[in-house]
Amino acid sequence: MPDYALTHLKELEAESIHIIREVAAEFDNPVMLYSIGKDSAVMLHLTMKAFYPGKPPFPLMHVDTTWKFGEMIKFRDTLAERLGIKLLVHINEDGVRQGIGPFTHGSQKHTDIMKTEGLKQGLNKHKFDAVFGGARRDEEKSRAKERVYSFRDQHHRWDPKNQRPELWNIYNSEHNQGESIRVFPISNWTELDVWQYIHMEAIPIVPLYFAKPRPVVKRDGTWIMVDDERMPLKEGEVPEMKMVRFRTLGCYPLTGAVESTATTLPEIIQEMLLTTTSERQGRLIDHDGAGSMEQKKREGYF
Amino acid sequence: MSTQTTQAALIQKVDDYIAAQAKLDLLRFITCGSVDDGKSTLIGRMLYEAQMIFEDQVTSLRSDSKRMGTQGGEIDFALLVDGLAAEREQGITIDVAYRFFNTDRRKFIVADTPGHEQYTRNMVTGASNADVAVILVDASQGVLSQTRRHSFVVSLLGIKHVVLAVNKMDLVGFKQQVFDDLVLDYQKFADKLTFESITAIPLSALLGDNVIERSAHTNWYKGPTLLGYLETVEVRQAQLDHAFRFPVQWVNRPHADFRGFAGTVVAGSASRGDAVRVLPSGEMAHIKDIVLYENNLQQCVADQAVTITLDREVDVSRGDLLVTSDAPCEVSDQFEVTLVWMDQEQGFIGRSYWLKLGSQRVNASITDIKFKYDINNLEEMSAKSLHLNEIGRATLKLDKPIAFEPYANCRAMGAFVLIDRYSHATVSAGMIAFALRRASNVHTQALTVDKAARATMKGHRGKVIWFTGLSGSGKSTLANAAEKALYERGIHTYILDGDNVRQGLNKDLGFTAADRVENIRRIAEVAKLMADAGLVVITAFISPFRSERDMARSLFDAGDFIEVFVDTPLNIAEERDPKGLYKKARRGELPNFTGIDSPYEPPLAAELTVSTGEMTVEECVGLLVKFV
Repeated sequence: MPDYALTHLKELEAESIHIIREVAAEFDNPVMLYSIGKDSAVMLHLTMKAFYPGKPPFPLMHVDTTWKFGEMIKFRDTLAERLGIKLLVHINEDGVRQGIGPFTHGSQKHTDIMKTEGLKQGLNKHKFDAVFGGARRDEEKSRAKERVYSFRDQHHRWDPKNQRPELWNIYNSEHNQGESIRVFPISNWTELDVWQYIHMEAIPIVPLYFAKPRPVVKRDGTWIMVDDERMPLKEGEVPEMKMVRFRTLGCYPLTGAVESTATTLPEIIQEMLLTTTSERQGRLIDHDGAGSMEQKKREGYF
Repeated sequence: MSTQTTQAALIQKVDDYIAAQAKLDLLRFITCGSVDDGKSTLIGRMLYEAQMIFEDQVTSLRSDSKRMGTQGGEIDFALLVDGLAAEREQGITIDVAYRFFNTDRRKFIVADTPGHEQYTRNMVTGASNADVAVILVDASQGVLSQTRRHSFVVSLLGIKHVVLAVNKMDLVGFKQQVFDDLVLDYQKFADKLTFESITAIPLSALLGDNVIERSAHTNWYKGPTLLGYLETVEVRQAQLDHAFRFPVQWVNRPHADFRGFAGTVVAGSASRGDAVRVLPSGEMAHIKDIVLYENNLQQCVADQAVTITLDREVDVSRGDLLVTSDAPCEVSDQFEVTLVWMDQEQGFIGRSYWLKLGSQRVNASITDIKFKYDINNLEEMSAKSLHLNEIGRATLKLDKPIAFEPYANCRAMGAFVLIDRYSHATVSAGMIAFALRRASNVHTQALTVDKAARATMKGHRGKVIWFTGLSGSGKSTLANAAEKALYERGIHTYILDGDNVRQGLNKDLGFTAADRVENIRRIAEVAKLMADAGLVVITAFISPFRSERDMARSLFDAGDFIEVFVDTPLNIAEERDPKGLYKKARRGELPNFTGIDSPYEPPLAAELTVSTGEMTVEECVGLLVKFV
């Protein structure tokens, strides 16, 4: 390539910054969903770059299911303060009052109420018209077809048959009151791109991504971390200390750990290159058959 | 070797790998061809062989393949690629799917697009961001009309380098003669197109021949394998060598000491100290700093997103353009363009839309449709409107001039979309061919007697009162009463209605949707001239579509267009039926009759809504005269 052309990471970076700025320029009330994971970390870093030396002209929002890893919450609060950006935390208080949780109500009901419903509540409450998310097209088959600007009706529903054509780098931001657009600025990044970029730009991430001895129990073939005292142990179940790390982050009872010795970014990248299972396998909610993510998205799951 | 040195060597290896990967550039390509040509199989094969498929995906693929039974129990690579549930069931690719893989030489983003004619818009979407197109042909079928159609669309979208992937060579015994004949056949057709290079490769996606590994079955073929070609083809030079173009997206003003213009360089490069011109204003300045986060760059190049500061205070806002001062681009408000229609609702002459080009957004109306293509053989056919998936040549008129370049010279400066103002749908993709005139050269002749002068002489401004409502709603009754009331007040008026317009000016028009649009366009233009002459024009037409009423409104200054919605429910209007038209329509003798089998779109924000069911004519007129 010509020596002054951009590398793929620089090109992806530029494309994402372009999208983030378009949204800031064309919407009245955008928000960035911040999940505390590595993809959110990259998206947030790109946002800081897009508006430098200014601050991002929109807040972050975290939909807290109250079952996230303790370390995630600590990381979230420290980061927001250090960057000096506004962070909104939304919790589905109805769900909390009903005592909804993954152990008592199962993963599906918990996710529906605390995550999907919580998200809708948060968006309705603030009447956001554009909502950034850190989803990538390489994560899952139905996401491979989603637009960068993904239109949602007043009930936050996605209609895969009726997506707006999206050409060149021109994005159609038109919407009526009550409708909103989900925006995925890192659509074209792969998992490897994300890790490389974190490495190249030295972006801080939650320590849970790095291997460390942690108390875990084996459930349905997956290591689940005993993150706090709410985790009920089955008879004869004793947590053991294992050198583990997490490839994705979410609610701790629903997020499987992998045995690993990777304590640095190059080691994580190396492990990733040698690995033989795709990223989302760590997420227990995707296992109910082909097409399940598409179904969830139509219902309003991000 | 101790474990520590092994560990150190390993880390070094990973570091080297990361460093090498970080230097790769990105190639975006599109694959076209129908399902039968093995397109999805080819992409699945490339992903599989580049080892971008994980074990769990292969497991689920095996079980899916068995369940579908499409490849007799073997892995069906197409299932990897066809994403949405509906598509898996129907066995076709409806949408554009993006896939990602990399080798040691490059990163790739593949847009996999559907082949059928009814999905032309999806193919255009996929092609809009592609550097290279891989056009699949089934060796046993030869060049088909769809091969020509795909090639035409690819050429139209400005892709300069194509691969003619002659697939299923296994079905023709890998014979060179078959390949050579097919390539020759294709070349003859492609001479009409604008490709810079065509690379023909004999393949078998199913078996893997010449996809990544050179095939032992085609010793007669000396060219590159498909991946070998994609890894090395050079595509960005022209964009980098182009004159500097920088559309301003966002004015960054965090505090009084910093005023930067954020955007993405769409062509060329610029360095600190370079002279730039702001378009459309034409003001000059020099680049002071090129900011990318905490770095201050010496230079910015095409595709880079940066923030530029200038050495002096000039007026710049979103939608403006910074360009190199020695090669600025044209500014115009009238264009000949190619349109690819993407909406169920067809495009008509006279309709007006939002046009988005870069960060510029303006109103645009279609002033003419010159022809549409028969996309199977590139013949030009006459057209009055453009339907979904049709590609045509049209002329556009904008409400203000924009900076642009012909699409063929610079994609980002000539590419635009049209957006419907009500449905908000992206109705068309467009590419500028050329400007019809240079707006900068046109100076409207300054008249000493102008609208204001005429208004002073008459004692009132020229305006239009635009009635809209169902047939039988009472528009004509109200128009006549209003004219009488205004006349009594010494106001100069004129009524345009079906009786005096349909029989003269518009007697060549029928009642199809296209003719109705044209009917209203002419009425609006005539009303504008009369209002300019100082008259208060009263129009009484059903004018059922918002788009046309809005187009009419856009011709007038704010306050000079008074839209009056005569809000009479259908059942009352039908009961009145003064001309017996509803009865005829109900009997099917009047097709396209508003309210019966053609929609009426009520105004969203009329200046006045009158309800003839509840108010007397005098009350309605009383409200109306206050606007004049």
